[in-house]
Amino acid sequence: METLMSILIGLFFAIGTYLILTKTLLRIILGTSIISHGVHLLILTMGGVKAGGPPLLGFEEITFTDPIPQALILTAIVINFATTALFLVLSYRAYKVIGTDNTEKMRGNEDE
Amino acid sequence: MVWLSIIILVPFIAAIIVPFLYKVFNQKIHIGWFVLFIPFLIFIYLLTYIPSISAGKTFTYLVQWIPTYDINFELYMDGLSLVFGLLITGIGSLVIFYSIFYLSKEREALHNFYVYLMMFMGAMLGLVFSDNILVIYVFWELTSISSFLLIAYWYQRQRSRYGAQKSMLITIFGGLSMLAGFIMLSIITDTYSMREIASQMDLIHGHELFFPLMILILIGAFTKSAQFPFSIWLPDAMEAPTPISAYLHSATMVKAGIYLVARFTPVFGGTAEWFWLVSGIGILTLLYGSINAVRQTDLKALLAYSTISQLGLIMSLLGIGSAILYFGYNDESSVYAIASLAAVFHLVNHSTFKGSLFMVVGIIDHETGTRDIRKLGGLLSFMPISFTLAVIGSFAMAGLPPFNGFLSKEMFFTAVVNASQLEIFNMETIGVLFPVIAWIASVFTFVYSMILVFKTFGGKYKPKMLEKPAHEAPLGMLIPPAILASLVVIFFFFPNVLANYLLKPALASLLPEEVTAVDIEMKISAWHGWNTELFMTIGVVVIGSILYILLKKWIGLYSVYPQSFTLNRLYDSGLAKMESGAKTITDQYMTGSLRAYMIYIFSLLIFVWGGALLLPGAFSIDVSNDAPVSFYEVGIMGSMLAAALTVLFAKSRLTAIIAVGALGYLVAIFFVLFRAPDLALTQLVVETVTTALFLLCFYHLPKFKKEKEKKGIPFKPLNLIISLGVGTVVTLFAISANSSRMFEPVSSYFEDSYELAGARNIVNAILVDFRGLDTMLEIFVLTIVGLGVYTLIKLRLARREKDEGAE
Repeated sequence: METLMSILIGLFFAIGTYLILTKTLLRIILGTSIISHGVHLLILTMGGVKAGGPPLLGFEEITFTDPIPQALILTAIVINFATTALFLVLSYRAYKVIGTDNTEKMRGNEDE
Repeated sequence: MVWLSIIILVPFIAAIIVPFLYKVFNQKIHIGWFVLFIPFLIFIYLLTYIPSISAGKTFTYLVQWIPTYDINFELYMDGLSLVFGLLITGIGSLVIFYSIFYLSKEREALHNFYVYLMMFMGAMLGLVFSDNILVIYVFWELTSISSFLLIAYWYQRQRSRYGAQKSMLITIFGGLSMLAGFIMLSIITDTYSMREIASQMDLIHGHELFFPLMILILIGAFTKSAQFPFSIWLPDAMEAPTPISAYLHSATMVKAGIYLVARFTPVFGGTAEWFWLVSGIGILTLLYGSINAVRQTDLKALLAYSTISQLGLIMSLLGIGSAILYFGYNDESSVYAIASLAAVFHLVNHSTFKGSLFMVVGIIDHETGTRDIRKLGGLLSFMPISFTLAVIGSFAMAGLPPFNGFLSKEMFFTAVVNASQLEIFNMETIGVLFPVIAWIASVFTFVYSMILVFKTFGGKYKPKMLEKPAHEAPLGMLIPPAILASLVVIFFFFPNVLANYLLKPALASLLPEEVTAVDIEMKISAWHGWNTELFMTIGVVVIGSILYILLKKWIGLYSVYPQSFTLNRLYDSGLAKMESGAKTITDQYMTGSLRAYMIYIFSLLIFVWGGALLLPGAFSIDVSNDAPVSFYEVGIMGSMLAAALTVLFAKSRLTAIIAVGALGYLVAIFFVLFRAPDLALTQLVVETVTTALFLLCFYHLPKFKKEKEKKGIPFKPLNLIISLGVGTVVTLFAISANSSRMFEPVSSYFEDSYELAGARNIVNAILVDFRGLDTMLEIFVLTIVGLGVYTLIKLRLARREKDEGAE
């Protein structure tokens, strides 16, 4: 399972990277989204999958899945949501101001 | 001895206080008066050391700084550092006194001036009283920096900025090379202490790094002391206010290189390389400086070249003096001890006469508004006192009696004549050049000394070319040069007082113990009978006078030398080339393209991580502990991959956004499978909101470029290679990390969350209790993002409303 997951995560990274290297802002944001999904799964996989019950006390399970990766991912999901939101609004704003969503056309500024 | 550390600190403390003094007192009183106390008191304090130092004592005081690295602030005072300490504070007092009258308190930024000056004084004192070579280096660079700031004091002028930059580039370059030499030295000797290094002379001489490290340290000394070919920064440093030129660029800072060479003479002396480099470069500089000084039309530039030449003279004397370390002590070699004595003697003499000359030139500049020799003339009747001072200074510089320059110049001639008779270091072949070059240089020195006096004070008065009518300077500006000029005369009549109390103790630090143990007959006297040296001096005066009278006939010869081959031209074009080269290179990779930058980042990731994987034992694969895979899970994984690929190949934005949303929900399902209920819940909520957000923006953002033509992303092979590289590296890393578990997880600690935090949900307990602060900061981040998003949208609205209002 872990090996298979590793390959899947690698593919997520590859697809995300390819999207980030394109010129369109929306694609770049989608790419970061996919990479962050890859990161979440990577952390979770590294903690060991299906090693025990969910990390909730009061049930009959005696062993639990490692709770630390889960705590980390929970944080990551929220932060990722925040950055994605900011990215989106920023690109929307950039498009409104500059009139393009093509990063190649955004090069340079008036001060140069 | 704790006072020794305090005198170094005091100028730095003063540098901090000066701006406040300026703020409070500048309206009423020139703050130079406050600053004056500091060098003066230190000078008096240092004078009290003369009796014990001349009795052969030395003083040390240790302040622990970084003891674990053997870097301590160890202060050390011997004859040599005392001579320098007295010069720094003595000339410093006079210069500050002079500056009170030179710099107007209404027009000049005095607080800057005195802050830099105090910083310099502290650094210079630290430099000469430190024993640890790394501490010496720090102070060394501090003097370069304060010199930079002082040259650029009138930073509005382009020439000042140019001169400041030049001096800094050259001296800091030298400082860095010196640091490299110091590090080599400390590796060989395993100590940073100057005295301990000197005691391991044999070890250093035998080492293979001996020659490189000597060169590196000499580059430091030569750049600082403006030796050929590094001398080009000194004439441009003359853009500084004249008190600074008198102080830093003739009396003290430029002598730091001399100090360093003197300090290292016991370490390197007695070898042919040291002898040739120090005396050879010194004598070349002497010639170069004196020849160039004659052609200058700016009085300060003339003095600058003259300083270069005199520094060369001192340097060559130190080189010749080092021969004694080869011979050891005997009757014949005592002549080399006298060369070293002459070096220290001339060092003091030069500070006195050159200091007074600079101050006189400052007076001329101040009272007539120009320093151009072509505009000046006939000032004798207006400025008789300045004229007298100029005569004393220049005649001392030219080496005429009854001034101290005569004595040291005679000793210099003795030294070069003796050096030409040396039978070591291949001197027998071209050693004869030494007295010849020295003599030619002295002739030129005589000529420019005469130019300095008679072209400005003699001849016709040209009031139309001056900015203001010439008149004598105020008394305050005349006192400091007068004090120095009187010293010039006093040293001539009582040289042995100076020699016994200051110069001979200084020699003790320069020469081996066996030499100083025997009390060499070293009397400085004006009359030696009709010997070679005297005839050389007479020759200098005769030929020099003829050349001066015929100056107009041959001065044109200077323009024969092509201007495109000067060192300055080389420096300027080198600097311009370096700038344009740097710009070309930078422009090549800083393209402003986001994609290019991302490529650098990803490539680095591939190379660094991929490189790490190639290390022995880095990559491992072990599938034995893998959890079993069910058909259902493979199905979801397949769908996830399909969703991700759909994003990649989607031709419309809507498809891409929906595919990303689908991917998010599939990840949520995976969280359920992986026993992470909290994650699944959060993911579902977040994914819903994100997709909604995407769709909102989708409404506003433009269509994909090729959407109109119904095509996917344009294919780029490089992008594909990089993305596949990143994917592969991540996969390999994940597999290796999974296959090599070195520690038990620390998670078991948190399984007691009910007892520790009263929570049944371990993940939640970690977030809000164990790592509560992190979560709080995370909320903080969210708040900032929220504000950012709000502002980005709201600002637009505000502008639109404004625009609409305008319409």
